[in-house]
Amino acid sequence: MQKLGMGQAVNQALREEMHRDPNVFIAGEGVGVSIHLNPMFPTHGLLEEFGPSRIKDTPVSEAAIAGLAVGAAEAGLRPVVEIMFNPFFTLASDMIVNHAAKLRYLSGGKSAFPLVVRMKSGAGIGAGCQHSHNLEAWVAHCPGLKVVMPATAADAKGLLKSAIRDDNPVIFIEHMGLYFAPMPVPEEEYLTPMGQAEIKRPGTDVTVVTWSGMLGVAMAAAEKLAQEGVQVEIVDLRTLVPLDKETILASVAKTGRLVVLHEATRTGGFGGEIAAVVMEEGFRHLKAPLRRVTGPDIPVPASPPQERFYIPNDEQLIMAIKEII
Amino acid sequence: MTISAEKMKEMLWTMVLSRRFEDELMDLCKIQGKIPGMMILATGQEAVGSGACAALEPEDVIITNHRSHNHLLAKGANPNVLMAEIFCKRTGCNKGKSGTLHMAVPEINAPCTSTVVGAGPPIAVGRAFAQQYKGEKRVTVCFFGDGAAAEGSVHEAMNLAGLWRLPVIFICENNVYAGAQRLEEHAPVLNLADRAAGYAMPGVIVDGNDAPAVYQAVVEAKQRALSGDGPTFIECKTYRCRGHGEADPQHYQPKDEISAWQEKCPVPRLRDTLQAQGVITAADFQDMENRAAAMVREAVRFAEDSPYPSPEEALEDVFAE
Ligand SMILES: Cc1ncc(C[n+]2csc(CCOP(=O)(O)OP(=O)(O)O)c2C)c(N)n1
Repeated sequence: MQKLGMGQAVNQALREEMHRDPNVFIAGEGVGVSIHLNPMFPTHGLLEEFGPSRIKDTPVSEAAIAGLAVGAAEAGLRPVVEIMFNPFFTLASDMIVNHAAKLRYLSGGKSAFPLVVRMKSGAGIGAGCQHSHNLEAWVAHCPGLKVVMPATAADAKGLLKSAIRDDNPVIFIEHMGLYFAPMPVPEEEYLTPMGQAEIKRPGTDVTVVTWSGMLGVAMAAAEKLAQEGVQVEIVDLRTLVPLDKETILASVAKTGRLVVLHEATRTGGFGGEIAAVVMEEGFRHLKAPLRRVTGPDIPVPASPPQERFYIPNDEQLIMAIKEII
Repeated sequence: MTISAEKMKEMLWTMVLSRRFEDELMDLCKIQGKIPGMMILATGQEAVGSGACAALEPEDVIITNHRSHNHLLAKGANPNVLMAEIFCKRTGCNKGKSGTLHMAVPEINAPCTSTVVGAGPPIAVGRAFAQQYKGEKRVTVCFFGDGAAAEGSVHEAMNLAGLWRLPVIFICENNVYAGAQRLEEHAPVLNLADRAAGYAMPGVIVDGNDAPAVYQAVVEAKQRALSGDGPTFIECKTYRCRGHGEADPQHYQPKDEISAWQEKCPVPRLRDTLQAQGVITAADFQDMENRAAAMVREAVRFAEDSPYPSPEEALEDVFAE
């Protein structure tokens, strides 16, 4: 099997879908000519392959980039636009929140908006809070938007291909920390359906629900706990919307214990939604109170010791698990 | 307008200091690997910040962007606390929370450095509104790039400033590039100052490598603002001699274009003018360079000797108590 960073896997998905469907085009800041010459980045080499009519470098104008996607999608094109970093989503948010998400509803189901908005997220790059801010809970809160946050290169590729073929707006969030670690990706063509979580590690004693960059932290903690005889089951959500409640509830039914792990800040984080779903629909399975392990309620600080403090780690997860087993 | 020898020397000094400071940063980041995060330098663009800030009083305000070091030093920021912040140390101006990208130095009336492109102008409008509201005879200068001029926020800010005749000076630092995109690739006009007309303010174009020219344009804009005639848009034509950041290999920038602009470097340019006019001697300039080198050495020593903030201090400063 080939080994790719997540950026390369995204790149393959983009290439394959652009070859398959002439209506797919890409727009964003530096998606064609980039300051990076790095093949690990998602849009590397696309301009050379598909030319400037399908790979559109834009001005620094997030509202126009998102609006471009909305308008073009209504006309039947399949835009895949890029917002460089998750915090800059705020500039595009009217187009996404009030328009991409709502216009189909407002049309009484007559129109469709098949578009994908890709953005990079994640702390750990030392750039501080205006570049690192995980806002997935904001978008998940908007009916009409699908939200994808892959944790592996293989999932990123399969999910992005599904997202591009989907007739709805999809917010596709890539954790920058996953761009550079090669991971196995199948050679043959495949699609990964949105709305299906995956058990990334089976276990019997406690369920950890997580997504995106935190999968690695969950895996590391599970490895350590296994040495102590604690078997952790890891549910990688992969998509927040639609949410695969069944897989979560089935896992909790098996283990009786739940910890939700996410990098985003705690208050109003998507972990609260998982907790509520399990309380409402799986309370009878719980043998102990559930726990959340999340970033603290602060902007991501630039200083390295403080940025490390911000990012949830395996020790914190192990402590939370030990509190409830 | 004749510019006093003192002002001339002040501009040259803050340019020399900025250049030394940023050359050191380049070395610390690229060669020594001592500084985390992105490193975004304004090498070759110092005439903009140094010319503009020389026209300001300490009570005037600047709002700046990701390429801020020269703006802040020219406004009077202490190099030690800037350097410590860039090292993300506890003694930095923001206790390590900002790092190089978002340094806030309210004590010198530089309260906001935003790395969100285009975010400065609306905030500058608010700051200028406060000046007008309180009846202060002060102005707010906002530095932003040619790339930023494409953000809707900049246009909303200019419209409001034009409408309310606010004492704000928009300084668009046109360094030809926004990331890897050249001006022709991201703007349908070559003179961004043309846009000022739509917001009922003068659009002034100056040679952004000529510090006295920038100074003069800002002095005039300030006079307009203080006499109630509202905002001015100043486009400073300059060039980004280094990459967008230090990780950028500049593969898309023609080599001869870079070297042509290096020939127009604002520092030797003002030095030569001042020497020709007899305002300074070669020895005076050498002395400035020595002083800048000593200050930067001291700033690095201060930063390196300072502790990192503790992890738990990250929890502080979210809310006012
Ligand atoms: C809202 C937003 N979009 C994108 C970026 C990424 N970005 C950082 S600097 C930059 C280019 C800005 O160009 P310009 O305004 O001309 O300033 P310069 O870097 O040339 O000084 C971009 C696109 C950002 N920081 N903020």
